[in-house]
Amino acid sequence: MLIRTKKRNPESEITDPALFKKRRQIIKASAAAMVASLNLPVIPSAQAASRVKIAKFTRGSPYSLQQSPTDYEDITRYNNFYEFGTGKEDPAHNAQSFKTRPWTIRIEGEVEKPAVVGIEDLISGQALEERVYRLRCVEAWSMVIPWIGFPLASLLRRARPTSRARYVQFTTLYDPEQMPGQRIPTLQWPYVEGLRIDEAMHPLTILALGLYGELLPNQNGAPLRLVIPWKYGFKSIKSIVKIRLTEQMPPTSWNLAAPNEYGFYANVNPDVSHPRWSQKRERVIGGGLFNPKRETELFNGYTDEVGKMYRDMDLRRFF
Amino acid sequence: MKIPALPDLTKPMVFFLGLMPFALMVVDALNDSLGPEPIETLQFRTGDWALRFLLATLACTPLKLLLHWNAQMRFRRMLGLFAFFYASVHCLVYLALDLSLSWQQIVDEVPQSPHVIIGLVAFVLLVPLALTSTQSMARRLGRRWKKLHWLIYPAGCLGILHFFLLVKTDIREPLFYGSLLSLLFGIRIAHWIRQRRRTDRSIPASGSLPSTRP
Repeated sequence: MLIRTKKRNPESEITDPALFKKRRQIIKASAAAMVASLNLPVIPSAQAASRVKIAKFTRGSPYSLQQSPTDYEDITRYNNFYEFGTGKEDPAHNAQSFKTRPWTIRIEGEVEKPAVVGIEDLISGQALEERVYRLRCVEAWSMVIPWIGFPLASLLRRARPTSRARYVQFTTLYDPEQMPGQRIPTLQWPYVEGLRIDEAMHPLTILALGLYGELLPNQNGAPLRLVIPWKYGFKSIKSIVKIRLTEQMPPTSWNLAAPNEYGFYANVNPDVSHPRWSQKRERVIGGGLFNPKRETELFNGYTDEVGKMYRDMDLRRFF
Repeated sequence: MKIPALPDLTKPMVFFLGLMPFALMVVDALNDSLGPEPIETLQFRTGDWALRFLLATLACTPLKLLLHWNAQMRFRRMLGLFAFFYASVHCLVYLALDLSLSWQQIVDEVPQSPHVIIGLVAFVLLVPLALTSTQSMARRLGRRWKKLHWLIYPAGCLGILHFFLLVKTDIREPLFYGSLLSLLFGIRIAHWIRQRRRTDRSIPASGSLPSTRP
């Protein structure tokens, strides 16, 4: 018996994303009209769950993959965001009423200009661009996501890191009222992540505020999240409220939870297995029931760009 | 006037209910409504039902001991066979859909995954139980049948361990199933201890047993 599965369009039949978005633009013309009255690159959402277009961003970054992205429905329905539950579809349900405005981000630590910045001020003046990146989860699945964002480096430079700034620590909002998952000690809350300063300043590392040309859905880490495409997904911390530059290597949530399973670096590497499963292959989400896994690439395929940062490191030891 | 007895439909009904989760999976697969990761969804659903039926099988005797119910004993074999059925589909989904029946993938992934190895051992333990589940086999094996079917206890424990090894940090679900299994074991052990005491007491004081016991 044949089981009917969702048929994947061959590459040639896929609508040019620009066209696709243009169509949607027309459909959302009324929303766009409202937007025009505001002189902001981003439109604050009146309703948390509504989809809001990002008015201005550039496409065609040399860092973007030349690949058609994973379906919007899959990207926004299959999420690891333990603050909203540990099931893959929990965040899509539980994050609907999450409030992302007003929102402030504190930049502090080893910087000359520490600041508490509102999200709109933080974003304004940043040139937003689309980056189509592969996201590889430590659980051996992956997606291709068209993020909208800007390089983390351009934000950090504004704060003027001191010579002692060797690491960057990121913190997610702690608000158990709004984030039901934080009432359960699955991880130590709030979620924290960290990067070495050279990783943070790398042009591939971005702060994302949207995907598919729209503001981030709450379940994907609204209003602002990190995206580091050569590292496992858990490094790409969501709903950031604090960025602290430090001299010492900061603690990171999954490393605190299971130090032998999740390292500080967490670079995608098919040759270094997780203690409980192989990292050699990954399932590309969206392929239906008969969907053989894809071979995982070192640094998730970004070796040319990032390999030199780890040239003298033992990647088995610093996993 | 005597009313003719209606045919007893409880057994076919239990059978029909037992097949429902599988039927729903097939329907969902045909409608493409197994979610963004359908292979994972099938793995979770078949695994959950294998564990549930295994626990249901193991609950039959404790219910008899505790509440003196007997009706469920008629379905015990069917429940056990459903546990084996869902465990088989679970293994099949893993090998055929998750690993695409690729020998290379089996070699790369199975030895790296303790939860898979434990799960496979649990499944292998269930195979002889399913094969000897018929009445004629039970008759033929006699006392050895009971000894052989004791294997359901380690299979249950390994099934729970398999679940614990699979989750990242949220152990609530395996903990729930594990607690149920412990409770069922606890009832049996309590019963066993009580019965031993009773037989101890019934031994006459002038018996030939050594008197070192308190």
